Amino acid sequence: MNLIGEKISYKPDEQFHLNDVSFNFKKGNLYTILGRTLSGKTTLLKTIAGLLNPDQGSISFEEKDFIKIPVWERNVAMVYQQFINYPHLNVYENITFPLEQRKLSPEQIKKDVDEALKTVGLVGFENRKIQELSGGQQQRVALARSLAKKAKILLLDEPLVNLDYKLREQLREEFKRIFSEGLSQDTILIYSTTDPQEVMELNGEVIVLDEGRVLQKGPAKEIFENPSNLKVAEISNDPPMNVLKGSKNSKNLNFENISLEIPNHFKNLEDKDYNFGIRASEIKLDENGEEFEIELAEISGSETLLHLKRGNSKIIALIEEVMNFKIHEKVKINFNANKFYAFGEDEKLVSSPYGGTNG
Amino acid sequence: MSKLYTFLKYFFITFWTVFVVAPFLWAVSTSFKDFQSVNSKVTYIPWLDFEPTLEGWRVLIKSPAKGGVDIVEPYFNSIFVTCTASLISIVLGTLAAYALSRFTFKAGFVRNNDITFFFISQRIMPPIVLSIPFFIFLSTIGLLDSLLGLVVVYIVLLMPIAVWIMVDFFNRVPKELDETALIDGCNPYQAFYKVVLPNSIPGLIVAGMFCIIFGWIDFFFAFILTFTEVQLLPVKVVALNSSITPWWSLSASALVSVAPLIIVAFIVERYLSKGNLSGALK
Repeated sequence: MNLIGEKISYKPDEQFHLNDVSFNFKKGNLYTILGRTLSGKTTLLKTIAGLLNPDQGSISFEEKDFIKIPVWERNVAMVYQQFINYPHLNVYENITFPLEQRKLSPEQIKKDVDEALKTVGLVGFENRKIQELSGGQQQRVALARSLAKKAKILLLDEPLVNLDYKLREQLREEFKRIFSEGLSQDTILIYSTTDPQEVMELNGEVIVLDEGRVLQKGPAKEIFENPSNLKVAEISNDPPMNVLKGSKNSKNLNFENISLEIPNHFKNLEDKDYNFGIRASEIKLDENGEEFEIELAEISGSETLLHLKRGNSKIIALIEEVMNFKIHEKVKINFNANKFYAFGEDEKLVSSPYGGTNG
Repeated sequence: MSKLYTFLKYFFITFWTVFVVAPFLWAVSTSFKDFQSVNSKVTYIPWLDFEPTLEGWRVLIKSPAKGGVDIVEPYFNSIFVTCTASLISIVLGTLAAYALSRFTFKAGFVRNNDITFFFISQRIMPPIVLSIPFFIFLSTIGLLDSLLGLVVVYIVLLMPIAVWIMVDFFNRVPKELDETALIDGCNPYQAFYKVVLPNSIPGLIVAGMFCIIFGWIDFFFAFILTFTEVQLLPVKVVALNSSITPWWSLSASALVSVAPLIIVAFIVERYLSKGNLSGALK
């Protein structure tokens, strides 16, 4: 009864948009697809919706070959990152459109639409024109249309990306509520995003996509704690996880003429060269720390992002207060050695502070 | 600075208005003149300068037997040919444009852009190049000097305009809109007429307007492809000019000729300011 994709590839031009992607989505679950722009997220969702036909591979749903069923008979719902609504219809008509298409009774339509409007908080907006709504409201209409359909597969393609910061935060909170209340137990919800924070908050099963390839699958926590390779570590952290080329010997971790004491979880590690990973939030300003040069200081909300340089290494540190720095100023920082990741020279995870692989 | 700007602004607006409107007023005035008032001296204002007469207008509806020129039949011929050809061009052109905008065609080296260019190339060629083939074509199928023949030729002339405008228009309608319609249970035809078409009204109106204008003002093909059976308005108006130029009826017929275009322009202007896609789609 699941939505199963097997070895799906799609290559419309020189590059793979999807490359050997397989999945098994179970009903009643939330799946997030995490990947950067152009990683194939939208392509994957469109393939599930039926807007694209893969060159290779199969998709089946409820034991039927999905690829043979045209889009308009698949009963999926999709919300785009652009706010796509029918401009010639008002809010109410926009939401009834798919229901009328399915020839439901007027009573049923009214009930479903009212319910959807309530869920997304647009009661009272029925007769508004789409053009009169704000971006957030337009996206709510699109979501309401998808919910009212009661489709078995609900696809959300970066639904928050075009909203401003505050609205995004607000709608993200609401999404969690809507997903828990507004969806029936046999809906498969697939949510794509570039934002690791969204993935963690939605806390579903995660698929990490890059260049059309699945890099890692697993629960959000697992992806966060034990990214299987450097690429996943970069994609699943914002700012991306810092990478420092260095080595371990019997006494220390060494990189850029800095020596750190070996943390416990590295004790069993072979002595050789590694790519060490450390999150921006695990770097602190410290008078007794190591000297780095500031390349750029960005203030974002109540935090400051410091782009730092030393030798050939560039790292980002996340300081949890607003501070003014001058470019090319020197600062001293300290690394939390207990949160170091070690990736091999093949970029695969060797040891994580949360016990991944041989740590 | 701002005073000078205001002055210049109004100066040019006034200048342009006079430049555009004066010939019309001149024609209106002339249409009420008789031979004497036109040829004796320059006259402008009825009753003051000259004694107005309806002779110039009467000639237009009198039958030739009574010394008139009768532009009524050519007038309706022109309306029929222009409207029929425009309508068919818009319907076919819109369908073609939608296909060119949304689907990918491949035939040998031919791609979508080549097909679009093929349509437009019909307008790039000087009409004189097309005249002989059209003449032979129509005479072969026996439609020379007939309304139907003119409609066929006008479709060839007008459809490129419709395709050109509508391809551009559809390209600006996000394809996610059609995709959403498909996802919401429309088959491709329903997606087209239930979602894409209602949102394309401004484009359709612009395309329709251009078709009507270019169809209505065409003189060349109307002149070459008709003789005695069928006549279109532009040919008839020009034909008024014989050994002596009847300025009064020429002015009157010119005014009736532009009247439909003026009406179209007013209607279209209303619609264009009403319907737009902005804000609806990001």
